[in-house]
Amino acid sequence: MSLPAFAELLERLIFTPGRNAKLALLRDWFATQPDPDRGVGLAALTEELVFTAAKPAMIRDLVAARTDPVLLALSHDYVGDLAETVALIWPERTGVNASPPTLSEVVEALEVTPKAELPGLIAGWLDTLDSGGRLALIKLITGGLRVGVSGRLARVALAEWSSKPVEEIEEIWHGVAPPYLPIFRWLEGQEEKPDPRDAPVFRPLMLAHPLEDRDLAALDPAAYRAEWKWDGIRVQLTAGPGGRRIWSRGGEDISGGFPEILEAMDFHAVLDGELLVIRDGPGGGVVAPFADLQQRLNRKLVGPKMLRDYPVGVRLYDLLFVEGEDLRPLPFDERRRRLEDWVARHAPARMDLSAMIAFGSVAQLSEVRDGARAASIEGLMLKRADSPYLAGRVKGMWWKWKRDPLSIDAVLMYAQRGHGKRSSFYSDYTFGLWRPAEGGGEELVPVGKAYSGYTDEELGWLDRWIRNHTVSRFGPVREVEKSLVLEVIFDAAQLSGRHKSGVALRFPRIARIRTDKPASEADRLENLMAYVEAGPATDE
Amino acid sequence: MRHPETWLRVTPEGLLCEPGGFYIDPPRPVARAVITHGHADHARPGHQAVLATPETLAIMRARMGEGAGASQQAMRHGEVLRQGEVTIRLVPAGHVLGSAQVVMEWQGSRAVVSGDYKRQPDPTCLPFEPVPCDVFVTEATFALPVFRHPDPAHEVAKLLRSLSLFPERTHVVGCYALGKCQRLIALLRAAGWDRPIHLHGAQQPLCRLYEELGVPLGELRPATVANKAELKGAIVLAPPSAIADRWARRLAEPVTALASGWMRVRQRAKTRGVELPMVISDHADWDALNRTIDEVGAPEVWVTHGRDDALVHALALRGIRGRALHLVGLGEDEDETPAEAPEGAPAA
Repeated sequence: MSLPAFAELLERLIFTPGRNAKLALLRDWFATQPDPDRGVGLAALTEELVFTAAKPAMIRDLVAARTDPVLLALSHDYVGDLAETVALIWPERTGVNASPPTLSEVVEALEVTPKAELPGLIAGWLDTLDSGGRLALIKLITGGLRVGVSGRLARVALAEWSSKPVEEIEEIWHGVAPPYLPIFRWLEGQEEKPDPRDAPVFRPLMLAHPLEDRDLAALDPAAYRAEWKWDGIRVQLTAGPGGRRIWSRGGEDISGGFPEILEAMDFHAVLDGELLVIRDGPGGGVVAPFADLQQRLNRKLVGPKMLRDYPVGVRLYDLLFVEGEDLRPLPFDERRRRLEDWVARHAPARMDLSAMIAFGSVAQLSEVRDGARAASIEGLMLKRADSPYLAGRVKGMWWKWKRDPLSIDAVLMYAQRGHGKRSSFYSDYTFGLWRPAEGGGEELVPVGKAYSGYTDEELGWLDRWIRNHTVSRFGPVREVEKSLVLEVIFDAAQLSGRHKSGVALRFPRIARIRTDKPASEADRLENLMAYVEAGPATDE
Repeated sequence: MRHPETWLRVTPEGLLCEPGGFYIDPPRPVARAVITHGHADHARPGHQAVLATPETLAIMRARMGEGAGASQQAMRHGEVLRQGEVTIRLVPAGHVLGSAQVVMEWQGSRAVVSGDYKRQPDPTCLPFEPVPCDVFVTEATFALPVFRHPDPAHEVAKLLRSLSLFPERTHVVGCYALGKCQRLIALLRAAGWDRPIHLHGAQQPLCRLYEELGVPLGELRPATVANKAELKGAIVLAPPSAIADRWARRLAEPVTALASGWMRVRQRAKTRGVELPMVISDHADWDALNRTIDEVGAPEVWVTHGRDDALVHALALRGIRGRALHLVGLGEDEDETPAEAPEGAPAA
């Protein structure tokens, strides 16, 4: 099948907000497209294949040679995006007999075509396509599809389509290169499961359930081990003869963003840990709040200043493989012992052990949890001493016990419509707190945005209230009368230079609608500032 | 020959044919109006005498009752009328049912006011007929070379493919109640969709009128009284303003589609929260505008509304004199007007 089919998939994915609908579109793609195009398309969507053969300037030159400059300028000004302008304005030539290229033809030709011949080749392709196809091609070859399909979503779609467990797909995924022919043959029952051998692959992470009160009551303290739950990003480090990788929680390869970690991975093992910004401080490494780590996320290239100002390290939670030996079936206690030995022996740079927290009773543990005020600590992790390392969230094995959230009473300022099922509801709320205004008096300053926490009934109530109390509208956003108080809960407050208020909230959500409280009695910015930790958290 | 600029003028009341004593599509109430078609931005209420095609008059009566004009004169395609010293003919414009171009002749010169028009085939109305003239007065709603409307059958096929992929979900298509709605139904019927099509209340009166005027639309049902189970996998046609608003909550997990020429630009679709953009327009696209101007052979073209800058520039390149009239009030069809400029939420 050719590029137009891919273009249609792309268009639908871009406009489709719902996860289930995206999965359905992907399943349909796997079921209807031939090899190797379905794999090439998949790799392009998840950006495992990225092309940089053509620069935007080349595309601009191609279209400039075919259109009037004034009309091109007016069009670009109207459409905004250059690739889209080119796709739409490209003069269609009647009598073009060539059929559109297939995805794999595009990929192959880009590899072998000398640079000087690229413009002619691309122009020839553009002549065979309609506007959707042209846009897909241009985005593809200039390396910017950006359709919001993660590798994880794609693998879930493959699992649903083939009825194979997603964990099995995860384990071999990174061992097979696009267009993934052995994987498709396996999923269609034509071949054995591919063996990645030494290739660095992602092993599905073991996850925790949130601990509810009734679980707590049933908890046997002797059967569980406790650690801090750090507020960074969960990673898996894989290193060995086949190479080194840093995987995100969802199995994305994020190695490129953290060269200092990659450099330190001169071992043959698979480790589970938390990536954190850790700075030297009195008495050891000091973990910075999540906002600092955010500076390092989603970057392809990291400059020396970034490396200096936001140094990262990995706090190790678990050991999955060592020199090819699979430790996952072993109980947690045994793996922990092996992890401690391993760290003692290798002493890898930029890595340390997650400390175990000793406790004799649930009450004692509860005290420890309440005492943790550092913004970099989300709460506690409880792991059963005999738990093997299992893929996914297995009930009763691991628990996460977050700190009680913090709370403020804020005033609703703006509301925005949601997406998908919530597209008829004003479901995203910007709220603010009082502070002294420059010319005297008080003013509200926005401090955050929340789009969860409420019940369906509360959502309906809020939607009506917003429609009846709108004072102005900007596109999809409504500004409302500053008269409704919302109790907002959040996990931490952190200083932020990127926010007008100077403070950023972690996971803000709506706890209650406070119709009983007049807006003038809502909290002041200084109340929120009191929640901001004086300094970064220490190790303890 | 008297050049049309001496007898066809822009006034605050609208475009005035002076020797004929009538206005064409005037935005304010006047004594004598010639109306090209029934869309609200062209057919305003409150004129004394109205001249239009029988279909346009019927549409006006359906939409505005008494306001459709104190005295109404129907004129069929092919008839010729003398109004003062001016002869008038109405020629099909291919825009919506009843839509017409106004062809005027006075003292040896001929001017044609196109109203809104398109060149794509449309089973619900007569096709546009080019009339050679000295001055062609054209719209320019989609006068940028990025606007090239695809084959509408292709867009309808996208909708039907989506229905087969999501057979449990209602597919709600935003479309203007006059013209677009009935054309969509006809396109769906031509594509083999013979199941009932459900309508928002605002779409029903004009569908009934189209049928009375001889345009068959197949089985139509009100969407408002239908239950959720009935709406699973159904096609519902509604005004664009309703598809993502409270009204749509009655639908079964709706896929929101919007049929409009503006859907060709992604940001437009994104801003409206449209999941399935369908590029179907009742206006001429860039190629059709330019082809039409070449076919009528006018040495001079006046542009009523839309992207006159781009069109006048393109005409100058071909040695055709272009002039922007800047007529106010036109181009306000609900689905053919650009949505409000997108603005993000104030930074939190």
